[in-house]
Amino acid sequence: MNERAANPAGEPLIRVDDFVAEYDGRLVLDHVSLEIKRGEVFVIAGGSGCGKTTLLKHMIGLCKPAGGRILIDGCDIGQAAGAELACLLRRIGVAYQGGALFGSLTVLENVRLPLEEHTDLPPDAIDMIAVSKLKLVGLEDALHKLPAELSGGMTKRAALARAIALDPQIVFLDEPSAGLDPITSAELDALILRLAGLLHTTFVIVSHELPSIFAIADRVVILDAATKTVVALGPPAELRDHCPNESVRAFLTRRPPTTTHLAPPRNECRGLQATGDYP
Amino acid sequence: MKNRGVENSIADVEVTAGQDARVILSGRLDAASVAANWARVVEPLRQGRAAATDIDASGVEYCDGAGVGLLIELRRIAARNGGQATIHGLPAKLAPLVEMASLDDPTVCALDPPPPAPVLVRVGRSASELLRDALQMITFTGEVIAALCWAIRHPRQVRWRDVRMVAEKAGVNALPVASLLGALVGAIVAYQTAAPLRNFGADADVYVADIIAVAVLRELGPLITAILAAGRTGSAFAAEVGTMKVTEELDALSTMGLSPVRFLIVPRVLATVLVLPFLCVFVNLISIAGGYAVFASLGYPWATFWRRTLEVVNYVDLLGGLFKMLVFALLVAAIGCQRGLVTKQGPGAVGDSTTRAVVTGIVLIIAADWLLGAAYFRLGI
Repeated sequence: MNERAANPAGEPLIRVDDFVAEYDGRLVLDHVSLEIKRGEVFVIAGGSGCGKTTLLKHMIGLCKPAGGRILIDGCDIGQAAGAELACLLRRIGVAYQGGALFGSLTVLENVRLPLEEHTDLPPDAIDMIAVSKLKLVGLEDALHKLPAELSGGMTKRAALARAIALDPQIVFLDEPSAGLDPITSAELDALILRLAGLLHTTFVIVSHELPSIFAIADRVVILDAATKTVVALGPPAELRDHCPNESVRAFLTRRPPTTTHLAPPRNECRGLQATGDYP
Repeated sequence: MKNRGVENSIADVEVTAGQDARVILSGRLDAASVAANWARVVEPLRQGRAAATDIDASGVEYCDGAGVGLLIELRRIAARNGGQATIHGLPAKLAPLVEMASLDDPTVCALDPPPPAPVLVRVGRSASELLRDALQMITFTGEVIAALCWAIRHPRQVRWRDVRMVAEKAGVNALPVASLLGALVGAIVAYQTAAPLRNFGADADVYVADIIAVAVLRELGPLITAILAAGRTGSAFAAEVGTMKVTEELDALSTMGLSPVRFLIVPRVLATVLVLPFLCVFVNLISIAGGYAVFASLGYPWATFWRRTLEVVNYVDLLGGLFKMLVFALLVAAIGCQRGLVTKQGPGAVGDSTTRAVVTGIVLIIAADWLLGAAYFRLGI
């Protein structure tokens, strides 16, 4: 468990309300409800194909919900359009699994890009801000490298620097540790915690890397591919030790489950989490 | 020199005669306020060549990345002027962020990209790249020839399903656009030759039929088909194989003990070489039909056109054209695949390979056409 001061009693910054997601008529997530509090590091976890990235894509407005709504600081991102959507997107930063850095731009230019497009800052100010962001992620020596010249860990850090370029309220990270060696992964976890502490930013992270989840998450939501909804929500250590759902405990302890999925008792862990009453 | 008092002000800047400067920051240091005040804060310090800068940040209520950028720039200016900037009074909750984001040595930060290499070095690199490219082409040619020989010896091991699929894409699917191009080129040649021929006599434009038949069968049919194939098929091969290279599918083939040349290139080359001559015959017929449409508009009957065509061309013209087509087809397929195989990494790499496949393909087609034209002339064909 990380030692960063979380704010579990804080007001919700993101509210997922009875949310349903479909791809081409195929149900992916069914009646998902949860809240993410301001300033917390929140991890979306679950087995492969359970809808983690789908939930993230809806939270950042890339997809429209088939039902329910997702409120970012009170604004429904599924319904927002035009200036309202632009304003909402200005307040979030996203780092994708593969980095999604623009290959024809240097690392510095990648971080400069959102600042150039969204602020009236003069070029030398943009340079200084971009450099400071790259310093925060430890890439001040790679300003003029192209993405193709970066290692996996450097690519993730450059993507993170671009995601925080505009000082967003919320940073979404899709599988930040995927494909990294354990040491680089641990360094990235430490960086996320440091940034969360320094910038007071809310982090929403899709991950199924257990060491990372236990290292950084204030709370974790576990999605289930079979029931297509939330099966557990709470601090990861508490879920691991006390969640009544055996499959959730098996997932968090990396044991093969006795059942084939993280199945019901449906909302069993949620109910416990809501009251904070773990057995 | 003192500078203060603009709307949304976050700073008072004072540069004294003794080369010392004092900057008093206050309020919210965010993107909007920093953008509005940047020049007002930074320029006097740059122009005044202030070395020792005292930054009073005790009035700062909020500081985000833009504020940090401003503080870094103030430190850089002081360092460049041979002194240093001292920040004091920064609220405790903001200090760690500024400290973490600040550069240990502000002058080290090289914002300008590295200077380009000297001309001689760049020329050398280009020459080396050309040489490497040529060597790769030679190696690839050898590999393809060896693989085709293997395919002839082991026809059952050729992936004929892939051959059929590629042949359909390269040949059958190209029929509509090949028809359009062929008909238009036939008509254009007829129009362009009819007028000059009339200078040799009122009925001299009857030779339009001769010119169309000879030009299309010996030259235009194969050339149009080849250039069309370079644009459609060669580029598609480069993109397909290049994408497989980028996504490590080629490495997967190699580690499974499968030769990418036999597995991917042989079906593509065979399909192209087998199908393009048929497409060429089709283009020949359509081009001649397009030419005939113009010929008929000049008032000549079909019988005249047919008689003159049969008089002036023979099977050698047709076969000579088809041999050219075979060579062009081999070039188009091989160049497309080779460019795909040498695709580099990065999002623009596949696009570069595709462009190079089309350009190299067309250049080599024209060069081969010239060589074959000269050879036919020497041989009296």
